[in-house]
Amino acid sequence: MIVGQQKPFDEIWGMVKGFKKVLVFGCNTCVAICHAGGEKEAETIASLIRMRAQQEGKQMTVNHLGVMRHCEPEYFDPVMDEVKKYDLVLSTACGVGVNFLSDRTGTIPVYPGINTSFYGAVEAPGLFKELCAGCGNCIVHMTGGICPIARCAKTLMNGPCGGTNKGKCEVGNEIDCAWYLIVERMKKLGTLEKLSEVLPPRNWATSRDGGPRRISLEHIREYEEKEAAKAGK
Amino acid sequence: MKSGSNLEKVIASGKPAVTAELGPPMSADPHEVIKKAQMLKGFCDAANITDCQTAVVRISSIAAAAIAFQQGLEPVMQMTCRDRNRIAMQADLLGAAALGLKNCLCLAGDHQKFSAAGRLKGHPGAKNVYDVDTCQLVGILKKMRDESKQDGGDPLEVAPKFFIGASWTPMADPIDFRPINLMKKVNAGADFIQTQGIYDMSLFREQMAKIRNMGLHEKTAILAGIIVPKSAMMLKYMDSSVAGVSVPKSLIDRMNKAKEAAGEDKKKARELQEQEGTKIAIELIHQALETPGVKGVHIQAIEWESAIEGIVKAAGLYPRPIWSEPTASA
Repeated sequence: MIVGQQKPFDEIWGMVKGFKKVLVFGCNTCVAICHAGGEKEAETIASLIRMRAQQEGKQMTVNHLGVMRHCEPEYFDPVMDEVKKYDLVLSTACGVGVNFLSDRTGTIPVYPGINTSFYGAVEAPGLFKELCAGCGNCIVHMTGGICPIARCAKTLMNGPCGGTNKGKCEVGNEIDCAWYLIVERMKKLGTLEKLSEVLPPRNWATSRDGGPRRISLEHIREYEEKEAAKAGK
Repeated sequence: MKSGSNLEKVIASGKPAVTAELGPPMSADPHEVIKKAQMLKGFCDAANITDCQTAVVRISSIAAAAIAFQQGLEPVMQMTCRDRNRIAMQADLLGAAALGLKNCLCLAGDHQKFSAAGRLKGHPGAKNVYDVDTCQLVGILKKMRDESKQDGGDPLEVAPKFFIGASWTPMADPIDFRPINLMKKVNAGADFIQTQGIYDMSLFREQMAKIRNMGLHEKTAILAGIIVPKSAMMLKYMDSSVAGVSVPKSLIDRMNKAKEAAGEDKKKARELQEQEGTKIAIELIHQALETPGVKGVHIQAIEWESAIEGIVKAAGLYPRPIWSEPTASA
């Protein structure tokens, strides 16, 4: 899932204080699970903004709303009339949601209420950990199921650097060395010899370096077009 | 000869090689490099010119290497994967070769986080690059040199002829992977290896036995890293905090004793510790060179370049063989 973290409230206040009608708009999928930007968190932020507005003697109307997903129009289309009544939307969805909504709100700005942090998992209640970098060319079958792109501070492809200390990364004792984990895992799997091969320089074009990425599933697009034609749209 | 560098010639001769290290200054003043080059010249076969070590901005390795070279000191230009992508790396390699540099040591590089330490603000928020890693950089250098090709495949009319080096931390976690780590660097094309500083000689010898079983000592020249201890505090710090370095208690005790012998006299405490540290370094050099498969030593006297002359002489490694007088016009 996409993991995010609420922005410091002072930063949020700095963004919203110049507006009269503010909608705090939550997303109830990934960012709700990490307690950053679901409808519940949107409600809390809305009430914090109202309190601050009152303290500073500003006239503001602040409400909240939440939908299941900000990354598919079918979820927010039904509430767009409501959304358009405001002069600012503070979205607590991930960056995908903020961008996607912003493309559809015309002259109404959409500001981010959270910092989108990473693709991660719930390691323990309240503990989220980055496990994938979305690089577009997965190689974890060669690294014991552990991603060195996401989990090594230097995205090393051919083994650990000299900074591994007692299984931890040189960046900090709280960070596991990904290559330590890879080696230990592959020893258990009996596949350590796979690591003997030198992996050549990567083609980063599948990652962000190739520019914004898109995937087009032609069979689905064709099907949808046919259905639309049938329906006479 | 792959590069014709002085270091390559010394290694090829079978004599134990000696490399040292020169850290460029955090300033545009070349005199610091010139001064250090004068101190090291004649007492090592080549000197590593660090590439913004601990991610601190300094005169670039290539520029400082060119200055050292003008002084008659053969440089080993260092290149980390932290700050450049493969385009910048190859451009710099072509430039370095055009300036007459012949040795290049490939490194991952310290994380930018380390640049903010002590009184330094550094650049801990810098973006690191790691387009390629050390093994891949070694491979790029080899391809440029041996196939006259850029990594992407475009031809090079004049290939950069580098003697290619890589670092190796023999005793870091995961320790049983470290020989494979070395093998990968050698298979990628590393002609010589400089190791992390070694104090625990018996553990190093265990790792070297594995290396000999793999035959790697025949395919690359391993230079054992010797970091000259300056104080008991430094040894304790290295033991507790530097990855892959463990310092036997007996060495820390010796340095402590030297310190205590000076009583309250701080200046004397420093001198006695430096003397003892020098002695320890010389012993470690001998032990390293007695280890089968070791072809030389890489002596680091960090911010203490003046110590090298005495250590090399006392270790019986002076004079250094002269195969060719490096000149800037060569």
